[in-house]
Amino acid sequence: MSSLHASLAEKFNADEARTNWHDQTLWWVRQKRDRAANMLVEWEQLRQWASDIKDHTLSNLHNYLLEFEKNAQDNGIKVHWARDGEEHNRIIYEIIQAAGIKKIVKSKSMLTEECHLNPYLQHKGIEVVDTDLGERIVQFREEAPSHIVLPAIHLKKEDVSNTFHQHLGTEKGNNDPQYLTHAARLHLREKFVQSDLAITGVNFAVAETGGIVVCTNEGNADMGAHAAKIHIACMGFEKIIPKAEHLGVFTRLLARSATGQPITTYTSHFHRPAPGQEMHIILVDNGRSRQLGRDDFRNSLKCIRCAACFNTCPVYRRSGGHSYHTAVAGPIGSILNPNLDMKANADLPFASTLCGSCSNVCPVKINIHEQLWKWRQVISAEGLTAPSKKMGMQLMAWVLSKPAVYRFSGAAARWILRTLPFLAKNRKLNPWYKQRELPEAPKESFMEWYKKQQS
Amino acid sequence: MYTVGLFVPCYVDQFYPQVAIASLQLLEKLGCKVVVPLNQTCCGQPMANSGFARLSAGCDKNFVRNFTGFDYIVCPSGSCALHVKEHLESTEEPGTANKIRSSVYELTEFLTDVLNVTEWKGRFPHRVGLHNSCHGQRGLQLSSMSELVAPAFSKPVQLLRQISGLHLLLPERSDECCGFGGTFCVFEEAVSVKMGKDRIQEHERNEVDYITGGDMSCLMHLQGILKRKNSVVQVLHIAELLNACYE
Repeated sequence: MSSLHASLAEKFNADEARTNWHDQTLWWVRQKRDRAANMLVEWEQLRQWASDIKDHTLSNLHNYLLEFEKNAQDNGIKVHWARDGEEHNRIIYEIIQAAGIKKIVKSKSMLTEECHLNPYLQHKGIEVVDTDLGERIVQFREEAPSHIVLPAIHLKKEDVSNTFHQHLGTEKGNNDPQYLTHAARLHLREKFVQSDLAITGVNFAVAETGGIVVCTNEGNADMGAHAAKIHIACMGFEKIIPKAEHLGVFTRLLARSATGQPITTYTSHFHRPAPGQEMHIILVDNGRSRQLGRDDFRNSLKCIRCAACFNTCPVYRRSGGHSYHTAVAGPIGSILNPNLDMKANADLPFASTLCGSCSNVCPVKINIHEQLWKWRQVISAEGLTAPSKKMGMQLMAWVLSKPAVYRFSGAAARWILRTLPFLAKNRKLNPWYKQRELPEAPKESFMEWYKKQQS
Repeated sequence: MYTVGLFVPCYVDQFYPQVAIASLQLLEKLGCKVVVPLNQTCCGQPMANSGFARLSAGCDKNFVRNFTGFDYIVCPSGSCALHVKEHLESTEEPGTANKIRSSVYELTEFLTDVLNVTEWKGRFPHRVGLHNSCHGQRGLQLSSMSELVAPAFSKPVQLLRQISGLHLLLPERSDECCGFGGTFCVFEEAVSVKMGKDRIQEHERNEVDYITGGDMSCLMHLQGILKRKNSVVQVLHIAELLNACYE
């Protein structure tokens, strides 16, 4: 009966102290976001502008993508189109092969996670080093990122220390963040210098200029792209915005929403390859045009991957990113992933109480919680809910639509709870009762009481 | 004088009749003529939130049959009120369904916005914590929300502040979900309970006597956890609290 998310979340909750720590750490990020947002009186106006720009762009995507392609090509960038993850990976492999390259550095790109690029290239014998510190940590541990902005947020510094001891030979038991970061710095510098090809993600692609913007706090995208002979930037095609003047709206929202910073430490603009360098941009669909065709879900493509919805989500904070078993976790992942694979991700829209906090923090005003509700309807209509749940719902719908049956069933249920309580008080069979007492069953319902009063 | 149709959530009818009685009595004391449609059952939310909105047509039909003709339909639950406002449909009588949707009020907003209640006769000399239920707060906008940059307000707080002797204490995270979430509370049992425990811990830190709120479903979930740990903190629906202050 338990869904994949529910069972993974239950495992996560087995260590309550760690769950508390995870919840409090992310709540702290949410509070930083609140403080940053409240510094701007125009915050809600910015959100509205960002939402409007993205809505407009999604409605004119065809034109803006072609405009972007033309301007990028005029700047000397090679532009590729990929229908899906497989094609995206193949294009990268072909570039690598043509140049005879073995060593690659990659800065954060959730798209390459979505396309499973790392395992694909490793399978072909090519070493890819993730250069974002958090991503490098989870890469050492052969884990997936648990958060799109803070990939190793599920780990404590002791865990990082053990991982670095094992992979970088740092002192065992030395948990000093500065010591550990320094070790990572030395290790990554070596990788930057050795590498001939850098892969980066894209935060924004400007149609008007044919340029892209990459935001990082560690400067790792720049280190990679500047040191390597070839720079490949990978983007889902929804990253496009019409004009350079729109950038300010998004950069002001992105870092504040993500971490509470006024701006990311590095906001790097790439317009053309440096002399002697090759630059490629891969525009990826991978299900996005299908999502664009779904009226109820198209505006999920407005997402700028700030993860504010992760940090505010009371379920995410208490279940961890890995419980979502997908590249993009959290509330936004729960409305994006059913589009990629509805069956495998049918559990995700149910991993929410529909509290609505996600929609409120979203800098581009995606109605996330409403889309979660709508995905539930689609998933159940597709027959992807457990048969027992469907039968239960059918029975419930029948009982509740017939007043006399409802009254009889209510009275019967209360009688059973009063006289045969052991039937409900079973911690194994009744999930409510496992950690909660049942409400007391009164002898009279309100309606029964009311009818007596009237007579 | 206002004529009000009292919309009693099914689980309140069956398990918390005192909440419906308090709502009825309070509205009558405030001068309303209260009509209780006797064949009302459920608004259909449990099915709809589980992905089976298509099965809730029977509930919708029954709801329309019971609540046609009221200018004001008042419900002591933000969640059920929101469901009707957002999802009640009728293929036969779409106009009637629309009228019902726009006539539904959650109890506290009816008190502050329609009846404009400002004075209470009784006292409630206790330490009281408020649980803001998500559907009432974010859905019906009964109060400002911590995520938005907007002026602060709260309809339930406005009422509770009018009660003499009542010491109102808000939890540190003033509008975090309790984890009830309808069927979420059983299908995601571990996270649901953990969320409830965390809410309770904040109220306990405030040493409250009661946790009050506008939704008995959230309070039922919190009550279940409180009782299991033999806590002295009790839950009390805001209708019961206010009714006790209007003798």
